[in-house]
Amino acid sequence: MSKYEALTGDQAVATAMRQINPDVVAAYPITPQTETVEFFAEYVANGEVTTDFICVESEHSAMSACVGASAAGARVMTATSSQGLALMWEIVYIAASYRCPIVMSLVNRALSGPINIHCDHSDVMGARDSGWIILFSENNQEAYDNVIQAVRIAEHPDVLLPVMVCQDGFITSHSMERVEVYDDADVKAFVGIYRPERSLLDVDSPMTYGALHFYDYYYESKRQQAEAMEHARRVIPEVTEEFNRKFNRNYGLFEAYRLDDADVAVVVANSTAGTAKIVVDSLRAQGLKVGLLKPRVFRPFPAKELAEALRHLKAIAVMDRSIAFGYLNGAGPLFIELTAALALHGVHVPIADYVFGLGGRDIKPSEIESVYRDMLRVAETGRVERLVTPLSVRE
Amino acid sequence: MAKLKGWREIPIGGAIVEAGNAVEYKTGGWRAFRPVFGQAQCIHCFQCWLFCPDSSILVDAENEKMVGFDLEHCKGCGICASVCPVNAKVIRQAGEQLSRDDPRLCIRMIEEGKAK
Repeated sequence: MSKYEALTGDQAVATAMRQINPDVVAAYPITPQTETVEFFAEYVANGEVTTDFICVESEHSAMSACVGASAAGARVMTATSSQGLALMWEIVYIAASYRCPIVMSLVNRALSGPINIHCDHSDVMGARDSGWIILFSENNQEAYDNVIQAVRIAEHPDVLLPVMVCQDGFITSHSMERVEVYDDADVKAFVGIYRPERSLLDVDSPMTYGALHFYDYYYESKRQQAEAMEHARRVIPEVTEEFNRKFNRNYGLFEAYRLDDADVAVVVANSTAGTAKIVVDSLRAQGLKVGLLKPRVFRPFPAKELAEALRHLKAIAVMDRSIAFGYLNGAGPLFIELTAALALHGVHVPIADYVFGLGGRDIKPSEIESVYRDMLRVAETGRVERLVTPLSVRE
Repeated sequence: MAKLKGWREIPIGGAIVEAGNAVEYKTGGWRAFRPVFGQAQCIHCFQCWLFCPDSSILVDAENEKMVGFDLEHCKGCGICASVCPVNAKVIRQAGEQLSRDDPRLCIRMIEEGKAK
């Protein structure tokens, strides 16, 4: 039997980790992820898990220990934020290239500088080409659910890639919400036992990880990685479908909220999508045909599916919580990728980008409503007045 | 040279799953300096064999003798010459700089392409 608990986002992730009971967790504290590892350390100390918990001296070491443990055949998890992810950088890429199915909770926080501890998506967006599968979570329940699914996605023999599960720093990580916590046995049955095909500790078949690949083999290795991401396109919906059936959820590659008959829509990830739903409901009550698309799977990027879901609209606003510097007037990465996807699949809907919430700046329903009002005007005129808008920045 | 394999044919994650296959990778061509063995001086202490990072010291295990170098794999790093206790004990004049190819040395390093 599942039960409802009041949990912070960090606590929800720690709860999933307790139920998964990974073989190894190596982590270093960083705000706002720290709570996850603190709660988990308590489970280790209390004997509620049998995990080997490795206290390391930095995030670079945390991910290094994770890679070593994963290569040795262990089920491995970790958590980080912002500068922690930045410090892990080289090993983040190595984890993906060695095909280590590590699951990492990434509590999104702005990258320095200026130094800041609050939410934006500059950390994850910097890692978007690192070869990790990336999942977004709107709320604590989704963070919990995504972490459980991430284990199965990562360890699928056709995938074997690391997965990062994102949620918004402080906004969800430190807010208490009602979370349906499934029965321990059900979660354990869902994630199953990890049986790696190869392991460094298998003394009967000695092997090497991390050998030099020159121009003769480097590209072939990368070609395999690209293929694994393509396999993930098939595996993620399979795992999600099984999860939905077992735990009575309704996840997909993304969530389409009142989108089917909408004229205009906002595309926004993580917690802001929750706020946007309230705005959608209030505008719908006024008879305005507005909807929302909330990306869940960001890597692999579901370009075709997104294009089909947005094809019928008259105007689209992307809301980006980070800047892709030097691309276009301070536009964000979600806008870049979505406009490319739409163009590629022949969807020619007027589109604009709104960059918001950097460094944890609050985003109010009234501001999201102003984005919808802009788009309703664009839907009428068919013309985008301003391609990229920095939302609520003081002049 | 063996035919290079396609991306579907190699183990994933860049792993090497056959133990000991480094012997197939001939690294002798990397060498700038070649070690030359002075049989007369050698005391067969096996320090060079112990330290060689490329397992390129050839030994006669039965008779416990150092017999020479595997030049197909030796990269010419010179660690063997550095750790050789015979090399260390070569008597020199006050202030004399010993060249790496001095005939008194047990393991000499000769620049590739130059005569011994």
